[in-house]
Amino acid sequence: MEIKKAAAAGTMESNDAMIMIEPGDGELEIFVDSVVARQFGKQIERAVMEVLSQYEIEDAHVLVRDKGAVECTLKARCETAILRALKED
Amino acid sequence: MNKRAESLGAAMKKAGIQNGMTISFHHHLRNGDYVMNMVLDEAAKMGIKDLTVQASSVFDVHQPIIEHIRNGVVTGIETNYMGAKVGKAISEGILDRPVRFRSHGGRPDAIEKGRVKIDIAFVAAPCADASGNANGIYGPSACGSLGYACADAKYAKTTIVVTDYLAEYPLSPASIEETDVDYVVVVDKIGDAAGIVSGTTQITRDPVGLKIAETAARVIEHSGYLADGFSFQTGAGGASLAVTKYLKPIMKRKNVSGSFGLGGITGYMVDMLREGYFKKLMDVQCFDLKAVESLKTNPDHIEVSASRYASPGVISACVDHLDAVILGATQIDTDFNVNVHTDSNGYIMGGSGGHSDTAAGAKLSIIVAPLFRARLPIIVDRALCVSTPGNTVDVLVTQRGIAVNPAREALRKRLTDACLPVYDIGELKEMAEKITGKPDDIELGERIAAEVEYRDGSIIDKIRCVK
Amino acid sequence: MRSMLFIPGNNPGMLLNADVHGADAMILDLEDAVSPDQKDAARILVRNAVRALDYQNGKLVIRINPIGTPFFDDDLQAVVPLSPDYIMPTKVDSAEYIKALSEKLDLLEAECGLENGKISIIPLIETAEGIENAFAIAKADKRVKALFLGAEDYSADLHAVRSKQGDEILYARGRILNAARAAAIDAYDTPFTDVNDEEGLEKDASLAREMGFTGKAAISPRHITAINAAFSPSKAEIQYAKEVLEAIEEGKRLGKGAVSLRGKMIDKPVVDRAKRVIEDMLALGLGGDDE
Repeated sequence: MEIKKAAAAGTMESNDAMIMIEPGDGELEIFVDSVVARQFGKQIERAVMEVLSQYEIEDAHVLVRDKGAVECTLKARCETAILRALKED
Repeated sequence: MNKRAESLGAAMKKAGIQNGMTISFHHHLRNGDYVMNMVLDEAAKMGIKDLTVQASSVFDVHQPIIEHIRNGVVTGIETNYMGAKVGKAISEGILDRPVRFRSHGGRPDAIEKGRVKIDIAFVAAPCADASGNANGIYGPSACGSLGYACADAKYAKTTIVVTDYLAEYPLSPASIEETDVDYVVVVDKIGDAAGIVSGTTQITRDPVGLKIAETAARVIEHSGYLADGFSFQTGAGGASLAVTKYLKPIMKRKNVSGSFGLGGITGYMVDMLREGYFKKLMDVQCFDLKAVESLKTNPDHIEVSASRYASPGVISACVDHLDAVILGATQIDTDFNVNVHTDSNGYIMGGSGGHSDTAAGAKLSIIVAPLFRARLPIIVDRALCVSTPGNTVDVLVTQRGIAVNPAREALRKRLTDACLPVYDIGELKEMAEKITGKPDDIELGERIAAEVEYRDGSIIDKIRCVK
Repeated sequence: MRSMLFIPGNNPGMLLNADVHGADAMILDLEDAVSPDQKDAARILVRNAVRALDYQNGKLVIRINPIGTPFFDDDLQAVVPLSPDYIMPTKVDSAEYIKALSEKLDLLEAECGLENGKISIIPLIETAEGIENAFAIAKADKRVKALFLGAEDYSADLHAVRSKQGDEILYARGRILNAARAAAIDAYDTPFTDVNDEEGLEKDASLAREMGFTGKAAISPRHITAINAAFSPSKAEIQYAKEVLEAIEEGKRLGKGAVSLRGKMIDKPVVDRAKRVIEDMLALGLGGDDE
């Protein structure tokens, strides 16, 4: 599906993540900034990828600012951001 | 004789400060301390190099030491605790010689046995007379007990008392006595009162912390150690202090008359003394104004030296009489080894303090910690640093359950019989990882940033630099 | 259930620990604890949390936004597949509200392959009209298993001043309780809102228990221990329960079909109640040798 506009979901509180998504330049770019990057960096990227592919998103910039969110939280924030970004005004 | 020196620099010259010396400091002024920074600045001005700082603790306020390390003024640090700001620089490899960590009990033992030789001890004193009798209970920078300074004053080749509140001779009580003091310097301010002690120490409001504390109190209740004569130590932070909130009604209900409270003392322990839950407080460090006031006025509130508090090398120390101690952890491994030196990324941000001493001395040592902080599980296969060996740790209390050291089978049975949620530590680990996922192992550098000396003098672990 | 703990639906940290505080039920809240522009986020977060965290300690209640708001249908769509023990509709003022909700649940349960009637309803009654219709609400549908009083909105609706002793809600408490008991369902009392007043909480909870409430809701985890204690069986109840279970064991050993205690036959509800009492006792750590 096509990202129509920039959108964000989540917060910068501990245990949460803020995920921002916007239309890309023809491919998927994910940038992860996490307080637990050393321990969970790869798992975070994998979780975000999973949600993006569920919604068949292949062209977007995604920025994950993670404050130690567990996987179910990350995926929820990602899904919310996608749904918001897919909505036409 | 006249011991007064007109300035800090003059006192340092009189003491014969030279390249390569070991100079010592206590940490009773905690994050409000000015004295270590003043001394190092002065030494830098005098062109002194290659100093070893022997400090009972290094706090964030001591960040200027990083610059002195860069400039070669300081080339060694030995301490019992290091705050995160200096710790980060050390973990990044700023110091060639590894930091030597000790415990609050191990340090005075090393000094008294001569394993550590101090050339000049700088004793920050909230109140002193011109002959060097000093205490921590009077003056604008009052901090209470001066317990961590005693061995330094006694065993250093030269002892300089630094005060901002000069009293008439003879000052009493004298935590530090004139017999051990060579020089006295009066400065404008030895510290920032706001950073020395807090007004009141508040119990955590975090519901998970409270849940852990409540469970820990029930562990004590059913451990078999809660009887007349009960003695107790707990820290000032997080869930630790909150344990007293839940222990009080249990002691009341069971009509237990405690004997003493030990350690760093908070207003909460002072209340328990006043209300008769304990007969004495033995105080090596005051955490708040209420504790300072109580030490000053209540004869049952006793100042103890670090050596008497926790040394393994004396005939007996307070920790050897301790029934229960509540301690924290940044990590605990499945063998119950506890890390309080580094964070989960390997950066130094703490130290033993009295952790390993009280764990070894107390009949019941309880670690209180949440199962995970943010996404990081507390229980790991292998602690990044063994600060306190697992064979001295008895119980881990988390918000979802308790684990008992397998070596303490009788204790485990008592707690299980009391219907407390007892699990195998591996089960608790799985419970956490089910929620957080399993963290990847982190990669550390080859270089050694610090060595951890256990209270018996052996090296228990080495802390690597962070890549 | 003695205690029901509110957990804000858009707070990941609190959701992670929702089931550690000893509450008999947790109410994951999509309504007042979530601002209107975050309803979508909370819905997804709650869904993921329930699926991933698999709450074991306690019943699961999900509080949804009122009928007539743009959130009501979306909430139901998201919540029913999770098969919570209870849904808590808000601002319930009539039997028709409950009937409309129950019909939607029939459809959604069928869609999700859930057994019809699997999800129960605890209506939150928090308006003057709702209080007057309490009995009709209680009897509106077999899914309704309890009534729950929300005193904050209710006292505002009355133009009353909300007070700690709660004289202004005495009528509502009595009315809810009577309606619930007349319909043979449970009744839950409004939360005590001063997080720091432990003594006030204990008073408020024991008043509710004495009035006949089944349990009480809480907005702070720190209230759960006191609420559970107030709504737990007394020593005499525990003693009786132990005797019942002992008599049953003795009867089994002797191969007796029917067992009596203190001159009365022990039938199944008595045994079940005794078991519940002992479970509550164990959960609370009561009944030790020295209590």
